[in-house]
Amino acid sequence: MSLQFNNEQLTEFKRLVARYPEGKQKSALLPVLHLAQDSFGGWLPTAAMDYVAVLLNIEPIEVYEVATFYSMYNLKPVGKFVFEVCQTGPCMISGSENIIAYIQQQLGIKPGETTKDGIFTLKLVECLGACGYAPMMQVGKIYREHLTKEKVDAIIAEYRMQVAAQN
Amino acid sequence: MGVKLLLEKANVPGIRTYDVYRREGGYSAAEKALKEMTIESIVEEVKKSGLRGRGGAGFPAGMKWSFIAKPEGVPRHLVCNADESEPGTFKDRYLMEFLPHLLIEGLLISSFALGSNDTYIYIRGEYAWVATILEEAIEEATKNGWLGKNILGTGFDCMIHVHRGAGAYICGEETALIESLEGKRGNPRIKPPFPAIQGLWMRPTVVNNVETLAAVVPIIKMGGDEYAKIGVGRSTGTKLISACGNINKPGVYEIDMTISVEDFIYSDEYCGGIANGKKLKACIPGGSSVPILPANLLLKTAKGETRYMNYESLSDGGFATGSMMGSGGFIILDEDQCIVKNTLTLARFYRHESCGQCSPCREGTGWMEKILQKIEAGKGEISDIDLLWDIQRKIEGNTICPLGDAAAWPVAAAIRHFRDEFEWHINNRELSQTSNFGLQHYADPIHVPA
Ligand SMILES: Cc1cc2nc3c(=O)[nH]c(=O)nc-3n(C[C@H](O)[C@H](O)[C@H](O)COP(=O)(O)O)c2cc1C
Ligand code: SF4
Ligand code: FES
Repeated sequence: MSLQFNNEQLTEFKRLVARYPEGKQKSALLPVLHLAQDSFGGWLPTAAMDYVAVLLNIEPIEVYEVATFYSMYNLKPVGKFVFEVCQTGPCMISGSENIIAYIQQQLGIKPGETTKDGIFTLKLVECLGACGYAPMMQVGKIYREHLTKEKVDAIIAEYRMQVAAQN
Repeated sequence: MGVKLLLEKANVPGIRTYDVYRREGGYSAAEKALKEMTIESIVEEVKKSGLRGRGGAGFPAGMKWSFIAKPEGVPRHLVCNADESEPGTFKDRYLMEFLPHLLIEGLLISSFALGSNDTYIYIRGEYAWVATILEEAIEEATKNGWLGKNILGTGFDCMIHVHRGAGAYICGEETALIESLEGKRGNPRIKPPFPAIQGLWMRPTVVNNVETLAAVVPIIKMGGDEYAKIGVGRSTGTKLISACGNINKPGVYEIDMTISVEDFIYSDEYCGGIANGKKLKACIPGGSSVPILPANLLLKTAKGETRYMNYESLSDGGFATGSMMGSGGFIILDEDQCIVKNTLTLARFYRHESCGQCSPCREGTGWMEKILQKIEAGKGEISDIDLLWDIQRKIEGNTICPLGDAAAWPVAAAIRHFRDEFEWHINNRELSQTSNFGLQHYADPIHVPA
């Protein structure tokens, strides 16, 4: 994995920076870090952050500061699919604890861990703005809502199939 | 059916696309504003409408707009706050997901009134697919001449940019949002200077909530005076409520603010009653930051009057016996819910989301979480309740931004109204691990409609 954007990613990078006035390219930092994380395997190694600093013409520390502040940036490698299950009040009173326990049991991992095959990571997160559709989790760019044990089984099977199809 | 000004067309098939939205009368308010109205008259209509900010604080929108500084040669910016991270709140997501063009039309009119040529939507990073929907709608609007250069031949240029955050509740606070939009950590700024004078890139900036800016469309369509006739007192127009928790029909509802809390919870048009035939125990009526109320104080004020779903009535009695409209995140707890545990999850949330700049907030939120954890685990002491009370009191009002207050209030209200449940937890260490305090604490009989 080379830590450089390919042409398509560079085009997207330019589109992101163009949203802000001349000289204010640092404003693109959050969107560019999203792009970097998506492009470099779902997390941000130091080399990726340094590369972003060069692209935006800012100091590396300005990138580290931001990457460590926001919860969506992963600073460690994660599985192919990250289950980010909401544990805040409204989800909790709607049964999120049972779902969290069930996912742990089915995947054999605790929150913060990745399965040995590198497919799944479990993360507990705070309110994702889906409280009326609880219990819920975010996987990549989509929300999985109204979770039940059966749904969790189906979702796990679906992702396993996706991985199998790619191999 | 109540009046619908925002969600009236939400169920029209294809309303997400420009063609259908336009066919249904969309962009006619923008046409009217840009072609027939002056900047002053638009601001005047918004003032007359009595529209209050829908992001939580309820500050009059027209007044906020009139504060924006207009120094010669300095660009001004409108920023739409779509960070929506207050637990219990998911109304802006609904609006953006199903009616993206309504927001864009509202942004266009508002940008024209404020003189913003580059307007930003700051959307929480997790709403990635909603950001895509907005970008597609912006592209359509641009193609059809509603955004870009010299809009409708008026000489006004306007572009709307979608900016995704990356997971931080504090970025909903307007100065933290501005810092974040500048590519920094979301540390709130000390005010003054207010954003209206020095905001984004030190330029005059107005930050408004998604729903506030969408409401500008019906206001321009019908006129401020007509809009103000809907609702009651200083609660004019309609409000989106996102209802969740233990109810039969969680979801986003548009209400005119004359409906009683009881009707809102029990009528089939809205929440449809408490789920599974259970009894109502408590409610957090305006997002996790506002005080929790026990059922008896929720349905009736301390004076015994019916409580209504509006700014004044929900706050009737102050924090002693009332709560707040807040962001409209309406969270219902049934008889099986444990107040200690619920308060613990909220305390954990605020500890997680504190930006860490002020010691009372950074340290205090952590201490509150730890003490609540101890009580929840059956290891608490009675003195812990007083300690919690003391900590929350020392956070409130002693911090740079209102997140400190937002962390203190839920803890204070839980102790104020449910002290006996905390005491029961502490006095019944083992029992509290396996059973629930239920509804035992009510001094007054709980009113459960037939
Ligand atoms: C900790 C904190 C979080 C906030 N989160 C949001 C939010 O997610 N969305 C929002 O519109 N306003 C939020 N606000 C309120 C904003 O600071 C600001 O008052 C609001 O965006 C102004 O818009 P309005 O007047 O249209 O409501 C938050 C405030 C605080 C203190
Ligand atoms: S009150 Fe909390 S969140 Fe707000 S500035 Fe202080 S430490 Fe940060
Ligand atoms: S509490 Fe889980 S999405 Fe809001």
